[in-house]
Amino acid sequence: MKVLTADVAIIGAGSAGLSAAYQAASAGADVLVIDENKRPGGQLFKQIHKFFGSREHQAGTRGYIIGEQLLQKVQESGARVMLDSLVYGLLPDKSMGVISDGVNYSVKAKKIIIAAGAKENYMAFPGSTLPGVMGAGAAQTMINVNRVLPGKRVLMVGSGNVGLIVSYQLMQAGADVVGIVEGAPKIGGYGVHAGKIRRAGVPIYVGHTIKRVFGKEEVEGVEIAALDEHWNMIPGTEQTFDVDTVCLAVGLNPMTELVWMVGCQFDFIPQFGGHVPLHDANMETTVEGVYVAGDVTGVEEASSAMEEGNMAGVAAAEALGYLTTEEAAQKKAQIRQRLNTLRSGVFGEGRRKNKEKQIADMEIYRQQNGKESGSHE
Amino acid sequence: MSKNGIIYTGVPSKEELANAPGVPSEKRMLEGRVACIECVQGIPCNPCESACKFGAITIGEEITNLPRINEEKCVGCGVCVAACPGLAITIVNKAFDEGEATIDFPFEYIPLPKEGDIVDAVSRAGEVVCKGRIVSVKKPKAYAGTAVISMAIPKVYADEVRSMKRLPRQEG
Repeated sequence: MKVLTADVAIIGAGSAGLSAAYQAASAGADVLVIDENKRPGGQLFKQIHKFFGSREHQAGTRGYIIGEQLLQKVQESGARVMLDSLVYGLLPDKSMGVISDGVNYSVKAKKIIIAAGAKENYMAFPGSTLPGVMGAGAAQTMINVNRVLPGKRVLMVGSGNVGLIVSYQLMQAGADVVGIVEGAPKIGGYGVHAGKIRRAGVPIYVGHTIKRVFGKEEVEGVEIAALDEHWNMIPGTEQTFDVDTVCLAVGLNPMTELVWMVGCQFDFIPQFGGHVPLHDANMETTVEGVYVAGDVTGVEEASSAMEEGNMAGVAAAEALGYLTTEEAAQKKAQIRQRLNTLRSGVFGEGRRKNKEKQIADMEIYRQQNGKESGSHE
Repeated sequence: MSKNGIIYTGVPSKEELANAPGVPSEKRMLEGRVACIECVQGIPCNPCESACKFGAITIGEEITNLPRINEEKCVGCGVCVAACPGLAITIVNKAFDEGEATIDFPFEYIPLPKEGDIVDAVSRAGEVVCKGRIVSVKKPKAYAGTAVISMAIPKVYADEVRSMKRLPRQEG
């Protein structure tokens, strides 16, 4: 088995992993980023819409352009990026098993940053296994990366930002969206995203669910029904639509397999997608030297993922002596301020509170286990 | 029990629009081109503020504040229309001519209409309200892929119309 070494090994070359790589490598660390995909960038290159946020977050810039700029910075920083390579194991001594092009590698690093992202939730209903039922993320990959239209007439399930944005992008790609179905009594995502969809003539059925999908060998139609206050379908409220595609945008859950395997302690925070690793303000987990960043720490959005990546990269570089405590403190204070901004307002407050709980639980764990708390400013 | 308002329908209600600090007065719209910022939820976002070279849009320190329009400073240039990631800004001009108003709105679908085309003008809920005549289509590099379309409509519909129906694609 070939052995590769690095100061910092980063799992995942998406928003969080690339940001972490840039920070650690530009501080002077020897950084190796590993990603199972053929191209770096994670979800960033699928985001063709203009991002929200502040000027520091490049608001108004389309996601894929932010991805290109970040990738360029990473390449200039000297970090190595290993693509089409799967991390299949991570041991508490911080060695990992990687398979790349049929060759097995053992990667040994002083610090590990897990930025594995999240995966889509699925939903079962009669007909849910028919070809043509797919995750909204899959449809987004088809249209924005592979330039293939998954179908001509689409029903979207879920009105969070993913459901709203992918519906818009499907129409931009030339499909018709017959409607968006949302189980909750109100729309989950930003009103402005919903507004774009409504102006395009797409109805949003709040308080509705999918009853069944029908078709012989593929999706030919879909039946939806209204829900009562106990989330039971109300007989007689069924409506059917001719569609060839049904997209599911019903949430995401963190890709925590490697985090479990290395022995980290977890919290259960449903709003973050389920089990999420405890971590401190430096993004370090209960396993010393193992950091996490981005959706794997709790599902949020791309700008927060980039900032968490920045934080983990700075903290790892500091721990290795590539940044002085002062230099790191200054960078971390700026990152923290930007994170607080992203976690504010009617859509952000809940995330901020959950994140505070996750970090507080980490403190409790350290106190109970007689470990010193990490450096906090 | 159908409920009104942006979180239930995706369409801001009359009350939400009346309370939005980005929506200018009727008097100002009758005087000529002015930005109509229909941003009614406190989301963390502020590119409109820095896009405006005239200092007519204020959000302030707290980036979840709603944008506030200064209707004296606004010249209706339309730069904010393309800068808003939420596509929530239009330029309304109720002084276009005797019987017509214009609405400048962001548009990110292809094909684009051409100057002089007659299209279906739609409401915030996507309902066809009336016919609209395309006055101009602008898509400079600075708009980063968003086209801003100016459309003339009967003045009576100026508070209702906010976009146009997508045009059919050429097959192939």
